[in-house]
Amino acid sequence: MIESDAFVQALQDMGVDFFTGVPDSILGGIIAELMVRRIYTPAVREDEAVGMAAGAYMAGKIPAVLMQNSGLGTSLNTLISLNMIYRQPCILIVSWRGQGGKDAPEHLVMGEVMPHFLDTMKIPHRTLTESTAVEDFKWVAETFMKQRIPVALVITKGVVKGLHP
Amino acid sequence: MRPEEGTLISRAQALAALLELLTDQPVIICNGFPSREAHKIADRPTHFYMIGSMGNAPAIALGVALAKPNKQVITFDGDGNVLMGMGTLATVGALKPKNFIHVVFDNEVYGTTGNQPTISNVVPLEKVAKAAGYVNVERVLDREDLVYEFKDMLKKDGPSMLLIKVNEFAEDAGRVLHEPPDITKRFMKAIEG
Repeated sequence: MIESDAFVQALQDMGVDFFTGVPDSILGGIIAELMVRRIYTPAVREDEAVGMAAGAYMAGKIPAVLMQNSGLGTSLNTLISLNMIYRQPCILIVSWRGQGGKDAPEHLVMGEVMPHFLDTMKIPHRTLTESTAVEDFKWVAETFMKQRIPVALVITKGVVKGLHP
Repeated sequence: MRPEEGTLISRAQALAALLELLTDQPVIICNGFPSREAHKIADRPTHFYMIGSMGNAPAIALGVALAKPNKQVITFDGDGNVLMGMGTLATVGALKPKNFIHVVFDNEVYGTTGNQPTISNVVPLEKVAKAAGYVNVERVLDREDLVYEFKDMLKKDGPSMLLIKVNEFAEDAGRVLHEPPDITKRFMKAIEG
């Protein structure tokens, strides 16, 4: 299991210097660490977080947006009619609720379709694992720089240490 | 009655008065007629013209304002837009960026889609902003008041909201000619440093 502080440090080492988002339990440890480091700006909706990240990017920051996968639905229009067409990249740290059909009912549909959903939206994505973490972060940084659109790093339950291990 | 009694100016007239008072401040302009009219009146590299993502103008401006605390950041917004992204009033009110000015052109209709009514005739958006934590809010009906209040907001610590009641008239402005990726690049270069 990846420690939350190591996860946040890896992002900061990549140059990420603007963090916003809406919480999820899988991301609880990461958000707690961001708050300890006083570098997290909470948003009230995922599309707002994506909009803030776009503004921060244009002002010279490298932004990351944390959300659970339901937030992809909430922020869909912003991702396609702002980030995609204006070429404004951000790193989406997306928790995979409903993976494998084992979760609360509201997560099951998005949990099943999420990879196809990201493919359909043409958002490059990769699922983080502990053994490939170094390459995963490298891929995120390269895709961000090369394509200048949102890139998603998907976090499954238990890969990054949460608040309640 | 739509628009509110005593409202005389059009959004384009209000925009022209505001743009006269601005120089090199970043301005995030919401989708629809506000971007088209601002582009026609004065096309500046510090303007970020939106063509989609309705409701997100203040969120984008907030991102710029947080990343550039030494620059005063303005957003030109509409009543339909504010209603769609109303949560952002709370985020701005909670974070209290001093360098954030939110201008709302309130004509009580969705102008770009055929003047269907919004609900801003019964929901005073500047009062919502005040309750959410904006420091200064003003509602103005004419050019003289808008110039006075906007000048005052430029001197004060925010966040501030200037709500301007305007009529439904839309300028024959055409679409913004720049390609979206070029708008991003131009804006980024213009607000550097």
